[in-house]
Amino acid sequence: MSDVPAVSVRGLRKSYGEVEAVRGVDFEVRPGEIFGFLGPNGAGKSTTINMLCTLVTPSGGAATVAGHDVVTQRDEVRRDIGLVFQDPTVDGYLSAEQNLRFHAELYGVPRAAVPVRMEAVLRMVGLWERRTDLVQTFSGGMKRRLEIARGLLHAPRVLFLDEPTVGLDPQTRQAIWGYIQQLREAEDITIFLTTHYMEEAEYCDRMAIIDQGQIVVLDTPAALKASVGEDRITLRTPDGPAAVAALADRFGITGAQRGEEVSFSVPSGEAFVPRLFAELGVPITAVSVARPSLDDVFLNYTGSTIRDAEAGTGRDWMRQMARR
Amino acid sequence: MAVLVGEVRESVSRQSLSHDVRAMKIVLHRELIRYWRDRTRMVSGLIQPLLYLLVLGTGLSTLVTRGQPGVNLRTFMFAGVIAMSVNFTALFSAASIVWDREFGFLREMLVAPVSRASIVIGKCLGGAVVATFQGVAILLLAGLADVPYSPALLLTLLVESFIVAFTLTAFGVLLAARIKSIQAFMGVMQMVMLPLLFTSGGMFPLSNLPTWLTVITRLNPLTYAVDPMRHAVFEHVSASPAVQAVLNPGVTWNGWRVPVMLELLIVVALGLGLLSVAVARFSKTD
Repeated sequence: MSDVPAVSVRGLRKSYGEVEAVRGVDFEVRPGEIFGFLGPNGAGKSTTINMLCTLVTPSGGAATVAGHDVVTQRDEVRRDIGLVFQDPTVDGYLSAEQNLRFHAELYGVPRAAVPVRMEAVLRMVGLWERRTDLVQTFSGGMKRRLEIARGLLHAPRVLFLDEPTVGLDPQTRQAIWGYIQQLREAEDITIFLTTHYMEEAEYCDRMAIIDQGQIVVLDTPAALKASVGEDRITLRTPDGPAAVAALADRFGITGAQRGEEVSFSVPSGEAFVPRLFAELGVPITAVSVARPSLDDVFLNYTGSTIRDAEAGTGRDWMRQMARR
Repeated sequence: MAVLVGEVRESVSRQSLSHDVRAMKIVLHRELIRYWRDRTRMVSGLIQPLLYLLVLGTGLSTLVTRGQPGVNLRTFMFAGVIAMSVNFTALFSAASIVWDREFGFLREMLVAPVSRASIVIGKCLGGAVVATFQGVAILLLAGLADVPYSPALLLTLLVESFIVAFTLTAFGVLLAARIKSIQAFMGVMQMVMLPLLFTSGGMFPLSNLPTWLTVITRLNPLTYAVDPMRHAVFEHVSASPAVQAVLNPGVTWNGWRVPVMLELLIVVALGLGLLSVAVARFSKTD
């Protein structure tokens, strides 16, 4: 598995009638990597994942997962992947254990290995003690954890997580990221995930920003942030206009004033703050330095914030229609 | 926790027929577990057939018995009521596919590296077994319908129940492949169930019917499932030839009495046909 890319995608497209959900994407995921797909709802993340998982047939282009073609070697792909869907897919009328056993039988996990694997994955997600309880008594977070355990049961080479933390409380989200980090060490596995939470993208080794069915940019989170560049300094002052004038005068910097706040960008914020106090000559009551966040990255590459992209276009609705 | 990763990975990626068999068995097993857990369904599935057998059967018998002494109307209706019970349970089992789709579990099955056929067959067998159980519950009440508890009769009825249950589940599964919402499915189920039952000869004899109704009953597949059961019942009760001729006339095509074996064959063939169409439907992707 060392040289074969975990996922390789060339010109992948999918349209539903008039709607172009995915418009030609190219990328490669390296073995052992945590690879993130970041974008607003309706950007084409789920459609892409569904194509890679062989649930949806591409309209064009090609993709391989663990070296198998997703169209012609569907079963081979399915054996090598684990899946955690956005919506729950566990059976509430069965116990946690029965859900896992069902999965083990469906995937042909060797009988002798089933109890051992089952205990390992259930312990990992902290559900070992609840294994005999009916899943309908589980909270949303517990169900998601069970799904992660199930997705790992057959020791897949690539684990797909579609919005693994959506709709969960912060503690559970934290826990789930904990498992994901552990997994990489424990299971020799590649993780492909989608999210629309900017802060979660930071856990990825590399990430692609996808918007309106196309990949806008692909790099490590750090490189992406560096590409947006400068730190943002915001200071509070009783005399805003004077501060703006002084900034222009002393440092040649254009600041933006909003009430008592003035903000501006510099390449290295922390080093600049002492000079600011020493040379500005206008009273400063507070100052903050912000490194560029992935939100800024998204804004920079797509021209809108993730929230605006989700709110504006009704693409969510189109996606719902397209799914039917 | 890297437990057995390599070993499991290795084994899972080897393809074999036994995987498909395991998949089929677990899908079947799940049907049984879910049926066993759902006592409400078990009981509610019995109420309606019992109502027909005990209330309608007893009530209507006051009209009929004067003409045909010796045979209880409930005895006549027994086969129809078994068919009804099986029908209800089989279609309900198939409806679980629609639930599974709604609650996402269908995805778990459809994305697995096994043939869709093994999943659909497992589902049909599971539905058939569960529906047969439900038929057994009615069989146990044979005494109430003056039907003797003869082992040969009970075994025959059991096998025949299974055959019709399998075909009806396959029919339901095929419906479930097309109908995506549970409300629509339930509606269609209601729409299909009673007409099927009413024109199957389960509730009234197939003799002396007007032509239009005769034609409909011959087109109804359930007719070919009810008749063998009725035939079996009447072999074990004593009734005069005249009564037999009225209550157990058999199914005729243009005057030719269709043999029981052919009737059962028709039901089995139909079941297998529906099954293969259902497999094809579920094998398609978007």
